[in-house]
Amino acid sequence: MQSDIKRLSLILLFAPFALWIFLLIALPHIGMVILSLREKVAPRVYEFGFGNYIDFIQEPIYWNTLLRTGSMSILVTFLALLIGFPIAYYIAKIAGNRSKGALFLLCLIPLWVSDLIRAFGWILLLRETGVASSFLLWTGAINEPIEFLYNDVTVVVGLVYTVILFMIVPLVSTLDGMDDAMVEAGYNLGGSGFTVLRRIIIPYAMPGIVSGCIVVFMLTAGSYLTPILLGGKNSSWFTEQIYDQFITRFNWESGAAFGFLLLAFTSLVVWLGLKLTGQTLANTVAKS
Amino acid sequence: MAQSRSNKAFLLGYRLYILAFFVFLAAPLVAAGSFAFNDSLFPSLPWQGFTLDWFFNDTEPKLGMFHDRRLLRGLYYSAIIGVMVSALSVFVGTTNAFLFVRGNFPAKNFFYIIMILPLVIPGVILGISILVMASNIANGIEDRFNYEIDFLRPGIVLVVLGQFSFVTTITSLVITARLKKFDYTMEEAALNLGASRIQVLRTVTLPFLRPAMIAAGIVAFLVSFENFNTTLFLVGSESPLTITMFDRMAKVGSTPVLNAVSFFLIVGSGLLALISVVVQRNAPSD
Amino acid sequence: MTVTDTPDLECTAVCKDFGQVRAVDNVSFQIPKGSFFSILGPSGCGKTTLMRMIAGFEDPSSGDIEIKGKSVLNTPPNKRNVKMVFQHLALFPMMNVYENIAYGLRCVGTDKATIDQKVKDVLERIALPDVGNREVHQLSGGQKQRIAIARCMVLDPDVLLLDEPLGALDLKLREAMKIELKLLQHQFNTTFIYITHDQSEALVMSDHVAIMNEGRFEQIGRPEELYHAPKTAFVAGFVGDSNRWSGKVSAVEGGKAKVTTDAGLQMLCQKRDGSDLSAGQSVNIYVRPEFIAAKRADTGAAGDLNAIRGKVDSVLFNGANSRVLVRGPSGELIEADVVVTGSDSDLRAGDDVALSWSDQQTMCFAT
Repeated sequence: MQSDIKRLSLILLFAPFALWIFLLIALPHIGMVILSLREKVAPRVYEFGFGNYIDFIQEPIYWNTLLRTGSMSILVTFLALLIGFPIAYYIAKIAGNRSKGALFLLCLIPLWVSDLIRAFGWILLLRETGVASSFLLWTGAINEPIEFLYNDVTVVVGLVYTVILFMIVPLVSTLDGMDDAMVEAGYNLGGSGFTVLRRIIIPYAMPGIVSGCIVVFMLTAGSYLTPILLGGKNSSWFTEQIYDQFITRFNWESGAAFGFLLLAFTSLVVWLGLKLTGQTLANTVAKS
Repeated sequence: MAQSRSNKAFLLGYRLYILAFFVFLAAPLVAAGSFAFNDSLFPSLPWQGFTLDWFFNDTEPKLGMFHDRRLLRGLYYSAIIGVMVSALSVFVGTTNAFLFVRGNFPAKNFFYIIMILPLVIPGVILGISILVMASNIANGIEDRFNYEIDFLRPGIVLVVLGQFSFVTTITSLVITARLKKFDYTMEEAALNLGASRIQVLRTVTLPFLRPAMIAAGIVAFLVSFENFNTTLFLVGSESPLTITMFDRMAKVGSTPVLNAVSFFLIVGSGLLALISVVVQRNAPSD
Repeated sequence: MTVTDTPDLECTAVCKDFGQVRAVDNVSFQIPKGSFFSILGPSGCGKTTLMRMIAGFEDPSSGDIEIKGKSVLNTPPNKRNVKMVFQHLALFPMMNVYENIAYGLRCVGTDKATIDQKVKDVLERIALPDVGNREVHQLSGGQKQRIAIARCMVLDPDVLLLDEPLGALDLKLREAMKIELKLLQHQFNTTFIYITHDQSEALVMSDHVAIMNEGRFEQIGRPEELYHAPKTAFVAGFVGDSNRWSGKVSAVEGGKAKVTTDAGLQMLCQKRDGSDLSAGQSVNIYVRPEFIAAKRADTGAAGDLNAIRGKVDSVLFNGANSRVLVRGPSGELIEADVVVTGSDSDLRAGDDVALSWSDQQTMCFAT
């Protein structure tokens, strides 16, 4: 009798999970793929075909944008790691107990403020009539106001700003679990700061690093607000293309194809990254 | 540990780097928030005096945030959506936690990875996939039965579903982490003392989980409130605050009322985030 | 104990298998009312599994468990009147002391006034009348122990199970708690079943002890019986300390057996197990250190005692429990209790000594 109750409760527990994943994740994505395979042959007549994908390949703007998005996302991920790792290490290892909590909290707060507000803030700082330009004018360093927005560097800076906390938080968790004695042992056995970093700290933190990189890369590639607000017409970010197809042109088939391509492309990059660093999805993102 | 001079210099440089980072982190937020108090028609320098008009004034052209009907409506819808997403995702997050921590079934690891996936799928894709499916179903039913299903068209229900689809992963992770720390012998002790299984759940297990459930709920609310990418494709006529603000920003020359909203949101999110951390820290674990 | 008294707990031929492994093997015993019963055995002997079956968290593969004469096999764990103090106490951290103790009463719907009264009573009985409002983490180790027991006792159980409760306490506290537990058991006059791997706990507190090894009960009896009259080699070796030799029986006369050890020494011993000893049989011999007298080699030894000559290897000073390690003729180390007075007549390392002991205290078991 007890095992029957156990089986019933297992089914009851599994039901919400199954409904959620099946109805909201699995089916919609399958639907999206199916939609992407429909070609418009005549008004209101559709048939199965790869036309949307062929259009994508034939139009240089589309795949250029995708490649640009991908490569800039990788750059942003790399910068986020470079800039964020020392911060995470400081919070996890060097800060005293009280300041550790406060610093971590300071990191969390901007996380909960919308992308929109953060991009808005950057616009206020960097636009021609913005704070940075006005400040430089006031100090006499320049004669005319400068437009800092609408170029690639700004977009990269804005993206790094948006995602860096998603790199720092998992890194802090991972580094927190590291026994201080390991680092001390490394020094004790004769290692220099650099050796300890390279041979002890980084390998230990690797799951956290990979986890952070995956999340950051996917977030950056899927970002919408930051590239178009900070980059303006020159931004050419792939999510903008998807929005364009869906909302402006009402070409849902093409939009679905683009969506699938974005997903496939980013998954491919993530898979390559996992293979190169020898990790699996299970022991990185799933562990957090 | 012996502190050599180079060590001290290194530490100083390190600390400056940390400081610079936090200044970098704060800069846009400070910019967005502070112009809310500038007595000028544009959110830019020069500074023309301190004012609270952009919050409370009720006449054009300086319409304050609390009198701007569309903004207030956006705030209202965001709050409703946030509460609904929060409640649903905490519920499913709790059942998921029990499923993965207590349950034994084949391919458990595989399903666990599936549970994490919604977090790494770009929000845009989540949005369009749900839009497509909902439209297909609605169109199909309309064509066949001539019956218009409102909630499958872009609107609040779809926004809630779209956000719920990935926020649930977050709440599941938070609550699972807490459930893993639960000492199972406490349930056995409660059973031994005569409690029925439901009583054990109600009086021992769930109270232990409560801090994590509250924290997860707050996180869910915040993530839902600030979401844009997924929401963009699923909004109907009742748009939440982020979409409303975005529409405003697209128009050139928006007033600092948006800064007032930004300030309000920054302070509000900060407070909620603080509460969620404090709740988790004070959780009795023993 | 009259025959008409139903034992509080009776196990009949209880077995538990986990796949191929037999964790509990044909265990049968009875525990009379109001006694302190210990189950003593090394880690992994099956005692925790047995206890979990009594509490209802595991089902026996075969056999019966009866509490106060009625079988409880079909009663779920939350309906049995057997309460358990868990190894790590499992006090509920989100409740204070009062709420912890009141938990069981609340679950069955007792009214508030009765709960108040009962909790007050039990807190007085464990001599902690004012801690009702304290939080669990504010209590000391010994106090937590007593609250865990009170939480069970307030429900008037037929039997109280204690799963190695003293393991987490430091030595002095452990010694004090042993006495306290014994007094508490008398106070409440409930049957206590105590599981441990520490023999001093079992011997000091119990009315009866069962020695368990590899799923089986080797012997059940009063602590003195187990110590002085062990029925199996395992019990002889596990309870208390002993010196051990192996050998073969050379002759059997008049209830005593003459044994030649593998090293060639001759000993006379009493057989202890129920088996019939015959010449040529392999046996193990056990002698406790307190029965071996160690004297300087120049003094003579009495005739009809077992005797060995050797050299003192070291003296282990431990106050009243001092011992001397003597290297015997075949190189083995023999332990003998000595009194170290601090004078010149004390044995020192390197002295030649004569060890002697009576054949009454020489236990031998067939291998």
